[in-house]
Amino acid sequence: MSAIPRLDGGSRAPGFDRAADLQKEPAEVPDPATTPVPAELRSAIEQAMERYPDPRSATIPALHAAQELHGWCSPEAIEQVACVMRLTPAYLESVASFYDMLETAPVGRHSVYVCTNISCSLRGADELFEAVRAAAGEDPDFNVRSFECLGACDIAPMASVDGVYVGPLGAEDVPQLIEDVRAGRPVLPEKQLVRRACADPEAGA
Amino acid sequence: MSSKLLFDRIDEPGLSTLAVYERRGGYSALRKALAMAPEDVLSELEASGLRGRGGAGFQMGKKVSFLPKGSMEKYLVCNADESEPGTFKDRELMQKSPHMLLEGIVIGSYAAGANCSFIYIRGEYVLQADVLDAALAEARAAGYLGEDILGSGHSLSLTVHRGAGAYICGEETGLLDSLEGKRGNPRLKPPFPANQGLYQGPTLINNVETLCTVPTILRMGGSQYAKLGVETSTGTKIVSVSGQVRRPGNYEITLGTPSREIVYGLAGGPPEGREVKCWFPGGSSSPVLRADDLDLPYDFDSIAKAGSMLGSGAIIVVDDSTPILDVALKVAKFYRHESCGKCTPCREGTNWTVKMLERIDSGEATPMDLDIMASVQEHIIGNCLCVLGDAMAMPIGSMIAKFRPEFEAHIEAARARNGLGAAGALAGPAPALAQGAL
Repeated sequence: MSAIPRLDGGSRAPGFDRAADLQKEPAEVPDPATTPVPAELRSAIEQAMERYPDPRSATIPALHAAQELHGWCSPEAIEQVACVMRLTPAYLESVASFYDMLETAPVGRHSVYVCTNISCSLRGADELFEAVRAAAGEDPDFNVRSFECLGACDIAPMASVDGVYVGPLGAEDVPQLIEDVRAGRPVLPEKQLVRRACADPEAGA
Repeated sequence: MSSKLLFDRIDEPGLSTLAVYERRGGYSALRKALAMAPEDVLSELEASGLRGRGGAGFQMGKKVSFLPKGSMEKYLVCNADESEPGTFKDRELMQKSPHMLLEGIVIGSYAAGANCSFIYIRGEYVLQADVLDAALAEARAAGYLGEDILGSGHSLSLTVHRGAGAYICGEETGLLDSLEGKRGNPRLKPPFPANQGLYQGPTLINNVETLCTVPTILRMGGSQYAKLGVETSTGTKIVSVSGQVRRPGNYEITLGTPSREIVYGLAGGPPEGREVKCWFPGGSSSPVLRADDLDLPYDFDSIAKAGSMLGSGAIIVVDDSTPILDVALKVAKFYRHESCGKCTPCREGTNWTVKMLERIDSGEATPMDLDIMASVQEHIIGNCLCVLGDAMAMPIGSMIAKFRPEFEAHIEAARARNGLGAAGALAGPAPALAQGAL
């Protein structure tokens, strides 16, 4: 089926530019008998569901768990979550496509989110992002993205490397950052947010 | 004696553990509260005049009192989604003093009569969520959470819920939908969350900093706390200063402190040889102020009177080396990306604002585009379910109003670069408009 022609930069709703196959039956809640779910994923999802008065609240933790296992929210991952949570894959896909941290396409397993929002960009984040992207190159292990404000403007410009906040970063830190990720070492230990003291001079220890 | 309430010895090693927090008198406010009747705790909160620290600045005590009385299941949700650009105060509080937040939540739930609570923390805050989870386990083991807390008969369950990256989930009803496992679309109000919130039950939603202040209020007494700050903005506030300043970071100030003292005194002002061009007093959603507004006292009403808002207390400083167009474009692009798409004025307005700003940069615009852009902003404000669209419209509108000559100069320079004639000489609509490209 051909794509629906859209004006350049038309709707930005994710998935809106992909035409649905209207001939296909909508997917139903997967049958547990024919949907194998890895035991650890099943137990992670079930534990998450137990934490809430309404088990459906566990969609985000469940999709996170599935993404960790599969690398992204693949149709297979969505199917498995849907099977355990007794929801339709379409419902879960609608949730997965809403959130920035849930990937709806295959990505590298190491995420490097470079904050390029206002406070960071005032301190050179756009150049930093380009430098990180160039340094990671075509390496399929990396998922380098520019990200909206990560809430660490005190260490601007900064990045979140596999969930670890580092900053302030200059172009000179980029090779080390990439190297640390590749070697599986803690990323730029001296620049990690966890080591930073409060800026308020009277706060103290 | 430091005047810090929330930041008092915040970097003390091990403060995130129960042992150190208790040694410093932690959870004493909870014991005090549980010995009082819930209504008396509520009146302490009301007497303190504490205004919400998340952005709207609504009085916390009043918000608690809006919850219906009765035995239905009520909920307390702590909003830790902190995604407002420029804001990073909750991050520091949760990471360094998680038990302060937990204590505030338990006291708040006691006053509100809620037995089920959640902390909705943004997914990017991995470290902080882990710290909270560890603190939660400790507090539970010590009997500060769970069934029959300290023998008072009050029970509270608490779950740390990690989000997955969406600014809109900081909006309270978007947050609730997200917590219910849906897309984070805001809801129509009324009904307000106090009546119909999480799982359709009455829900109290408070920001991290607000709840962190609750133990202090109980310890000091509400009326004593109200003596801090100025009349309609009581207490202390953590201000996140970022952007082009020498010492960006979180500073705890007494509300009413002159803004200049925060930007220059604490954060060191802009780098050598530069001047403040404009500043956002309350995150990127607040209308920008000029350098001469730096003499304003930093409190809710003074900033509101100057046509802006205190918001989340995030000051972003822009110095004179940055073109205002770059600032506007960054801000507009952010809201375009984060618009959930539910309401047309916001979804389309943010998109068109970005396009019009890009036309300025590419030399296709005329000064008339500024008027169109300003009118787009006016048509967003107040016309959506939530204020995300307004949050772009207000700063962009203020930039056009306050820096129009600079925008016009940018338009002319870009047109000259493109070999187009001066826009000032054009009569009638811009050429692109006439061709129907808009």
